[in-house]
Amino acid sequence: MVKKRAERVMAIQNLSKEFKSGLIRPQITVAVKEVSFEIRAGTILSLVGESGSGKTTIGKLILKLLKPTSGNILYRNKDIATFKSKQDKTEYYRKVQGIFQDPFASFNPLYRIDRVFDLIFKGFNPEEKNRQEKIKQALKSVNLNPERILGKFPHQLSGGQLQRLLIARALLLEVDILVADELISMLDASTRIGVLNLLVELCKKNGMSVLFITHDLNLGYYISDYTLIMYQGRLVERGQTKKIYQNPVHPYTRMLFESVPDIGRRWNREEDFLPEQIVDDVNKFYEKHQGKGLIEVDEEHSVLFSCD
Amino acid sequence: MRENILEITDLKAYYQILKGEIKAVDGVTFKVKRGEILGVAGESGCGKSTLAHTLIYRKPPLQYISGEVRLLGRELMQLSAEEFKEMRLKSISIIPQYALDAFSPTKKIKVFIADLVREHGIKFNKEFLAKVEARLAMLNLESSVLNRYSIELSGGMKQRIIMVISTLLDPDFIIADEITSALDVSSQRFAATMLANLRDEGIIGSAMFITHDISILYQIAERIMVMYAGQFAEIGPTDEMVKEPRHPYTKALIASLPQVGIQYQEQKLTGIKGTPPHLLNIGPGCRFRSRCSFSTGQCSKTPVREKVKDGHFVSCWHWQELGSDHNG
Repeated sequence: MVKKRAERVMAIQNLSKEFKSGLIRPQITVAVKEVSFEIRAGTILSLVGESGSGKTTIGKLILKLLKPTSGNILYRNKDIATFKSKQDKTEYYRKVQGIFQDPFASFNPLYRIDRVFDLIFKGFNPEEKNRQEKIKQALKSVNLNPERILGKFPHQLSGGQLQRLLIARALLLEVDILVADELISMLDASTRIGVLNLLVELCKKNGMSVLFITHDLNLGYYISDYTLIMYQGRLVERGQTKKIYQNPVHPYTRMLFESVPDIGRRWNREEDFLPEQIVDDVNKFYEKHQGKGLIEVDEEHSVLFSCD
Repeated sequence: MRENILEITDLKAYYQILKGEIKAVDGVTFKVKRGEILGVAGESGCGKSTLAHTLIYRKPPLQYISGEVRLLGRELMQLSAEEFKEMRLKSISIIPQYALDAFSPTKKIKVFIADLVREHGIKFNKEFLAKVEARLAMLNLESSVLNRYSIELSGGMKQRIIMVISTLLDPDFIIADEITSALDVSSQRFAATMLANLRDEGIIGSAMFITHDISILYQIAERIMVMYAGQFAEIGPTDEMVKEPRHPYTKALIASLPQVGIQYQEQKLTGIKGTPPHLLNIGPGCRFRSRCSFSTGQCSKTPVREKVKDGHFVSCWHWQELGSDHNG
């Protein structure tokens, strides 16, 4: 089980991000609204939400690919917005890395895959002498055979193999936090479990923390210690994975559970199910619980009852 | 017993390229009954989409090689392009995979639909418009979407409109090719349920629902067929396939599914080691044998389709010894 007082590696505090579009009459889209959570060492945190919920934006904010509109992200008690010099940024990226959905888009098709490792050493660790040895070790720990992998081009490998390569890359850097955005949604059922198992093992062995961004509740449940549910830019429910799954409170969380296809449990076909119904349901829920805000319903399980 | 609407016998369709033949559909036999939703499951590259394309588009380099495809008693593979065009959309239709890209960006939805039905000799008059609007309403869309451009619509909405268009002429048989794979869970549930509702209302006859996700098939399909690397693996009633799978691949596929209530710490799931074989000029034999823990020398011969029970067939030399336990 999860150690209760694992060290806090990252704290997200009141984070908001707005996007402006249009020049004359700019429209403001709020992608992330007042989100706060912590990442503790060696834990897997899954961030669950549907498209447009702002989950990917949070990942990008953590990776400094976007600037927050307000709020802070603290990495080991230092605000990452203050990492401005090249040296500070390099130092940050040595410890915080991301893996994205499409493995084929993460590799330059013109170069052999060895290049991702060369770039790592060049950018972060130019002094390293034992490069080949370290690369081989990292590849072996993600169940890839170095002899069969090195020297190949991305198109010669499968999606699962490429995602493993990216995990190996993160291992070489000995990262603290890995942001895995829909890491396995492009992989087949039979290969994705291997990548997931690997991720958990590495996390527990090396004390790495993972922010696992997904739309798939079942996968989130399978690997994570903690779960964050996002709806329209806000965290609507968060806490220990088991508690949320056993007792979902927020209407959005409940709707997700009712729609996830599960073997052994069929959808109720009698019920008139409409995806857009949830907007009304959530508004009613907020109205009914006006003024309550975020409440801890159980130890390590909080629900957003209203957002006024 | 219900009549069969589609009967496919030993269908072979290969991609012919310079290096040789990619045997993407190699000896597939199955039937679809009237009013039934048949689920077709398998990993990427298993031939499930090629199967759909063989039935409806058949564009080079995809070549029909041999086998019979009888739809409503007519031999599809022998029809001329003209004859087949008559059947398309009325007798057989497809809801394509990439609904997001299926529209022309420069046409309003209404114009797009009008152009399409004109090809089939139907005028887009008031009567027909009323039918379109009624169908849109069934999927909870307002008729104002007809005056929109596709870029103004969300992914879920486009998927619904594509469903409306593909089923406008009440096809007897429809192929739904990965219609839920790019959607959110709530839209997934909606789209899949809608397909079943369209069938219940008699708007579509039967459907073949292609997906990589068996848990969606469990929700709406009466029977499931599993394919592996172009070969038929197993077909049977949904509950039987999920609870008593016979083919080692079906077993492994179901065992690798995460379900609510299964956590890594308590029950570690297992994937399938290795990757599917390359189908270019592939020889005989069971194509799953290199990843299968039960394979023997016999597996280098192509397995024969055998009957397990009524309506349940499997192609594996060892299905009888293995029994129906998940772990073999």
